[in-house]
Amino acid sequence: MRRYLWARVGLVAVVAAASLWYLYPPAKTINLGLDLRGGVHLVLGVEAEKAVESQLDRAAADLKGTLEQKGIAVTRVARQDHQITVQLASPQTWGEAVTAARDFRGYDFRALDQAAGRFALALSDREVRRIADLAVRQGVETIRNRIDQFGVAEPTITRQGEDRILVQLPGIQDPERAKALIGKTALLEFKLVDDRVTPEEALAGKLPEGDEILYQRRVDRETKAETKVPYVVQKKTLLTGAELNRAEVTSDPNSPGNWQVAIEFNTVGTRIFGEVTEQNVGRRLAIILDGSLYSAPRINERIPGGRAVITGQFTVDEARDLAIVLRAGALPAPVRILEERTVGPSLGADSIRQGVLSVVASAAAVVLFMIVYYRVSGLIADIALVLNVLILLAAMAAFHATLTLPGIAGIVLTIGMAVDANILIFERIREELRLGKTVRSSVDTGFARALRTVIDTHVTVLVTATILYQFGTGAVRGFAVSLAIGVAASLFTAVFFTRLLFDLLYMGRHRLERISI
Amino acid sequence: MLQIFTHANYDFVGKRRIAYAISIGFTLLGLAHIAYKGGLAAGIDFSGGTLIQVRFAQPVKVDQIRAALDGIKLGSAIIQRFGDPKEYLIRTQLSGEPLEQLTRRTEEALTTAIGKLEVRRVESVGPQVGRDLQIQALYAVLAGMAGILIYVAFRFDFKGGVAAVIALIHDVIVTLGAISLTNREMSLPVLAALLTIVGYSINDTIVVFDRIRENRGRVLRKGQTIAEVFNTAMNQTLSRTMLTSLTVFLTVLVLYIFGGEVLRDFAFALLVGVITGTYSSVFVAVPIVVDWENWLARRERAKKAVAKV
Repeated sequence: MRRYLWARVGLVAVVAAASLWYLYPPAKTINLGLDLRGGVHLVLGVEAEKAVESQLDRAAADLKGTLEQKGIAVTRVARQDHQITVQLASPQTWGEAVTAARDFRGYDFRALDQAAGRFALALSDREVRRIADLAVRQGVETIRNRIDQFGVAEPTITRQGEDRILVQLPGIQDPERAKALIGKTALLEFKLVDDRVTPEEALAGKLPEGDEILYQRRVDRETKAETKVPYVVQKKTLLTGAELNRAEVTSDPNSPGNWQVAIEFNTVGTRIFGEVTEQNVGRRLAIILDGSLYSAPRINERIPGGRAVITGQFTVDEARDLAIVLRAGALPAPVRILEERTVGPSLGADSIRQGVLSVVASAAAVVLFMIVYYRVSGLIADIALVLNVLILLAAMAAFHATLTLPGIAGIVLTIGMAVDANILIFERIREELRLGKTVRSSVDTGFARALRTVIDTHVTVLVTATILYQFGTGAVRGFAVSLAIGVAASLFTAVFFTRLLFDLLYMGRHRLERISI
Repeated sequence: MLQIFTHANYDFVGKRRIAYAISIGFTLLGLAHIAYKGGLAAGIDFSGGTLIQVRFAQPVKVDQIRAALDGIKLGSAIIQRFGDPKEYLIRTQLSGEPLEQLTRRTEEALTTAIGKLEVRRVESVGPQVGRDLQIQALYAVLAGMAGILIYVAFRFDFKGGVAAVIALIHDVIVTLGAISLTNREMSLPVLAALLTIVGYSINDTIVVFDRIRENRGRVLRKGQTIAEVFNTAMNQTLSRTMLTSLTVFLTVLVLYIFGGEVLRDFAFALLVGVITGTYSSVFVAVPIVVDWENWLARRERAKKAVAKV
């Protein structure tokens, strides 16, 4: 059976050529995993609930403002779980208040107690999910932005599952700094300092309604001693980092060696900033990042240009990183590091060495075994094996799959499993020969009969490799990928290509009496 | 021509009672050891915690490291030699202390007490991630077996599928038992090995089942018992079963020897899995089908006998 002989030769040639083309040059095309090249692998958990809460807080403040604007007095507006409860000062204003409240989109109105003037706006579960989902997606974008600006070659930033973000930074020199950069929420807020009470009075329990105490960290350059200075500020946020246009590092003219971040607002921010400074001349404006106060300069006059400076004893790296996070924007919800793996470059190099040694040694063992046991047929299987590994590597390059240490283990296993198909076929041919059949018919029967079994055995390995891929994280996924590709490719090489070599070598002969198997 | 088992004629089926005893014995031994240790030891992938891999310039003893860590209140850390005596793993529970700080403290304490070292790997897995992975791992192994059950039941018959999956459960438990007995621990690579075993060790079973079906398709000699049919098929395919397992065993052995410490547990699990997988297709999966069919046949005869009366 030598049908389509040259078409088959052509197909194999095309596959081999394409494989070589995809693989060239190997150092560039094969994407090494973090465990081989060194780097940082982080899994971040997004506290999406916080995004929902802050959305509710904003809506609560909005609602209060809207009601008060309409002359409806309220005694209490509070967030409770996923709803905002409102207590009207007088039940008489019910009708008007309800009309205003019903305008809030995404919220369901719930009358709690009309006689007492109490109602609630509830965020629907769908809306909660939407906000949470958006927080994760924006988180991915923001982190990508920060890392791009920080400058890491070939980072991976992807969403993982419901509320996790996977960050992989290969070959990074300073993992701590990168982690600080990624993990920072970077919520920049401007609030007014309340000078009616001193911080000491407020700490003693006389905190005015609507105020909070925030701390400024001061580090003594000499002693490294850290002190925390309390400030009383109004809770109301006047302006956030969302309205920023630019953030640049500049040197601090007042204290040499210290760096600061100059910021510039966008049009909206500039207008608000102008109004705020105009209305509050003489008061102090607190600049707050992630809940800690950085500085609280006194407003001397209206500032029209929308420019401000954040000072705070920064080193040049700290200032640079702060500028990056401000430019990239705040994370919509805080993130926590759930999983972290850092591999040093020397360990990666060792792993590569051991991996390559394993591939070479296992290939040598299998190749030798096949030749000793099956002679020329074994050699044919070995040639197919070489093509198999070539296709495997090329497919990984083509799909931009990542080669990890377990991935190399997958290649080693592929070498052991790929020849299984040939063993099944060859043993069958030997069996047919023992039954006294001609060589030609033995080879035909051997390939035909073994094919079913070969396909079955391949499918089962593919089934578990697929499950492993679905489950897998990082390195284990690399194993699933290389094993699956390798085993799938062996259907082509160990069956189709081996058969082709048999046809070329033996089946064309007029007199075929012996076969080396 | 080099050949093995050309004229094999072993009575596998006849010895199945002994085989059952051995299989159950090994399974129970594995389970008992896991239970005795209060469950399978889990690496940080599954239990959460931190891991610091350090390499010293010269060989170091565990006691030296322990003494150095005692000084920084890390005396409860698990210290494991990792390959040669210069390299160690230090594992601690999560304490809420930032990883960089813990790493720096450890590095400083060890450098002062012992000498120059290199921190080669730092890992930290939160308890939530660990718990999630445990559940997912269980699902993955179950899904793997379910997939095999469905495929084998679809390609052969339900009896074969069930028997094959019982053999797989046997393989997984024996492998886990071996991991427990050798004081290794469950990690992500070991899980990958288990799933690979599930996908691979079924292969020998499929080869035998295929042969049984092929033989049955031909003329069934009159008076041939089920046991004889199955024995013939197993003897006919014995060389195949052994050789295919041998090549994979060879490559896994290479991984175990040369693949480095990171892959050693993975390779170990596969070594055990390949052996038990080959054994179980001959001594677990096929005998179960034999007994099942015999039982069906007896019931059939009993029904007929009742009908005659």
